[in-house]
Amino acid sequence: MEATAMGHADSHGHGHQPTGLMRWMTTTNHKDIGTMYLWFSFAMFIVGGCMAMTIRAELFQPGLQLLEPERFNQMTTLHGLIMVFGAIMPAFVGFANWMIPMQIGAADMAFGRLNNWSFWLLIPASILLVTSLFVPGGAPAAGWTLYPPLSVQLGMGMDLAIFAVHILGISSILGSINIITTILNLRAPGMTMMKLPMFAWTWLITAFLIIAVMPVFAGAVTMLLTDRHFGTTFFSASGGGDPVLFQHVFWFFGHPEVYIVILPGFGVVSQVISAFSRKPLFGYASMVYATASIAILSFFVWGHHMYTVGMPVTGQLYFMYATMLIAIPTGVKVFNWISTMWRGALTFETPMLFSLGFIFLFTMGGFSGLVLAMTPVDVQMQDTYYVVAHFHYTMVAGALFSAFAGAYYWLPKWTGHMYDETLGKIHFWLTMIFFNMTFFVQHFLGLAGMPRRIPDYALQFAEFNKISSIGAFGLGLSQLLFLYVVIKCIKGGPKAEAKSWDGATGLEWDLPSPAPYHTWETQPLVK
Amino acid sequence: MTQQGTHQGPYYYVPSPSYWPLVGALALLLLASGAVLWVNSYSPGPLVVFAGFAVLIFMMAGWFRTVIRESEGGLYNKRVDSSFRWAMSWFIFSEVMFFSAFFGALFYARVLSVPDLASVESQMLWPDFSAIWPNAGPGFKGNFSPMEAMGIPAINTLLLLSSGATLTWAHWGLLKNQRTQLTLGLILTIVLGLIFIGLQAYEYSHAYSAMNLKLTTGIYGTTFYMLTGFHGLHVTIGVTMLIVMLFRVLAGHFKPDHHFAFEGVAWYWHFVDVVWLILFVVVYWL
Repeated sequence: MEATAMGHADSHGHGHQPTGLMRWMTTTNHKDIGTMYLWFSFAMFIVGGCMAMTIRAELFQPGLQLLEPERFNQMTTLHGLIMVFGAIMPAFVGFANWMIPMQIGAADMAFGRLNNWSFWLLIPASILLVTSLFVPGGAPAAGWTLYPPLSVQLGMGMDLAIFAVHILGISSILGSINIITTILNLRAPGMTMMKLPMFAWTWLITAFLIIAVMPVFAGAVTMLLTDRHFGTTFFSASGGGDPVLFQHVFWFFGHPEVYIVILPGFGVVSQVISAFSRKPLFGYASMVYATASIAILSFFVWGHHMYTVGMPVTGQLYFMYATMLIAIPTGVKVFNWISTMWRGALTFETPMLFSLGFIFLFTMGGFSGLVLAMTPVDVQMQDTYYVVAHFHYTMVAGALFSAFAGAYYWLPKWTGHMYDETLGKIHFWLTMIFFNMTFFVQHFLGLAGMPRRIPDYALQFAEFNKISSIGAFGLGLSQLLFLYVVIKCIKGGPKAEAKSWDGATGLEWDLPSPAPYHTWETQPLVK
Repeated sequence: MTQQGTHQGPYYYVPSPSYWPLVGALALLLLASGAVLWVNSYSPGPLVVFAGFAVLIFMMAGWFRTVIRESEGGLYNKRVDSSFRWAMSWFIFSEVMFFSAFFGALFYARVLSVPDLASVESQMLWPDFSAIWPNAGPGFKGNFSPMEAMGIPAINTLLLLSSGATLTWAHWGLLKNQRTQLTLGLILTIVLGLIFIGLQAYEYSHAYSAMNLKLTTGIYGTTFYMLTGFHGLHVTIGVTMLIVMLFRVLAGHFKPDHHFAFEGVAWYWHFVDVVWLILFVVVYWL
């Protein structure tokens, strides 16, 4: 098949390319938009991280030191919303923007202008979320899950959060439509579906999940809005509704959402481990099927978030077994990652270190998830710090570690320079140690009965909380080192080759480093 | 840097930089912050919301004008066309999921929450409450009449089904390049859609004035108005899009082999039609 050339509208108007700030505001280029997504995500990561450190500062010792209880709950709520929707999701959309067109041999994303809109919608949404701190009544304080009746009773900060969620929903749905269309329609000749890099595959499935569940979340917060202001009774028993209805609708979104957060990370780790083991990914096809299975199962397990809400035993049993089923495809993935490394020529550069940290810690998060999946156990653990520990092992050690792995892996491609390997490794070890210091002890706190979302606690929890708080500050400060490494890498460093890692595979490594502004204007032929 | 390659046309169209997305983000910022102010009774609320709508309409007019010019200018090849097809399909899927949340709420109320409120456990609180549907909940004082299926709603069903047929007939006209049939079919579809909206508005006002059926009439009023209201909003959007299509047809746009804008609107219209059929059965009829 003959390669065909593509045309850029901007090539017809040389010299009309906007520069400076206007370049970024009007761009339709997937690399520009990817860069903006990544910086936005890092900024939100810092904002959400400051909130986390505020929480940990309050919890450093028993008693109320820094925050009023309402402020504390506002901090946990905004920390959750900002980290999930402002930091982790945009980080992976940034990776998708940069890498998917280069990986599949496409000139750009399918819809350039729409792509830019998806990014710029994040700005109003984050303005609304952060503004909520300063309005009468303060930010939403019902937790990121926004359960009624509390969320129906809160002040106007809740309305800001509701509309922020609407805008974030539009942004991520449009972004996902763009990603799906790009992968399905713009692959280079010969790039069949089963030759797609794992990162593209996991994003294809993630995008499907986003399109399926973000509208449901939009529906849920719309019901909250009308219950708050227009007298509907979705969540009011006296009108024939039920607050538990919100939990069902929310978790129908919420459970797929946690896979939306983690699946692209699976893709990154699959590619990084294969590259630094210098072996093809073990069980590629089973990896694809496992990802799809996890996505499909995620629609049928939401009840495990609400075992204690007054669910019939039949429902509890169903959700328990269905949840445990997810361990099977997840186990397939972990098995495949380990088998990829088996008898490989391993080296331990920073992306590989983060990927190994990911496998080790995410698997622990998976196991504590299995513990929580058991109804009788969960009834004891519901809303304790054990749950907090569990989901931070998946969200931080899972999603965030894989995002770091991806950033170090592709930084040479983006900047044209190798990052400082020594500093990268120090960043990894600091993150690894402080992460476990922060969250491992929270398992013990939860098992001992410390509830989450509480600014004060009984004296017997003091030691572990002190350890956790010190760890949290260490974890937060270590990320400034990451910022330094990235800036240093952008400014200079050893010249990166086109194929920056000798074991790396994929079309992106056929392109020069740094990747030129427009790539694959002639589609490559994949054999 | 950009190479135009060989003598073949480009394989894909990548748009040049555009400020419309930024205008769109501003529109949503105004709409959202205005709505927050409005529902909390702060005076600039409505003003900010209207400003938001103005910016949104400006954005849509400008953005769509650009797209239409590019399309009529022949910049969209088959591959771009198939991108549009994928995107519209997934967009409609997202709409399906949005409606699912509200249908889910309706089923939950009818199957779980209302029967639970009449169960043995709740009898201490509300001894006289029985789980019949339509139901406005144990706290609702007064009477209301539910909406009958066989009056206006049945006529509306007929109208929407016919409009689906007239739109398909218009599409056939487009495919056979019979522009009169296309124009006539489109006009008929728009008229049927407008009558539907009119009847729906009449039904609402009748329900408010004569039946004591309001948005605040417990879970029945809640689900009735939210489901039919969001559907009505989608019909309005659909009619607006059909009117834009009519103007484009009159301006001589679309060819038998290049008319995805028309087809996408038709898909959307049929989707709205299907939602109505489900609504008619589970909200009005059963």
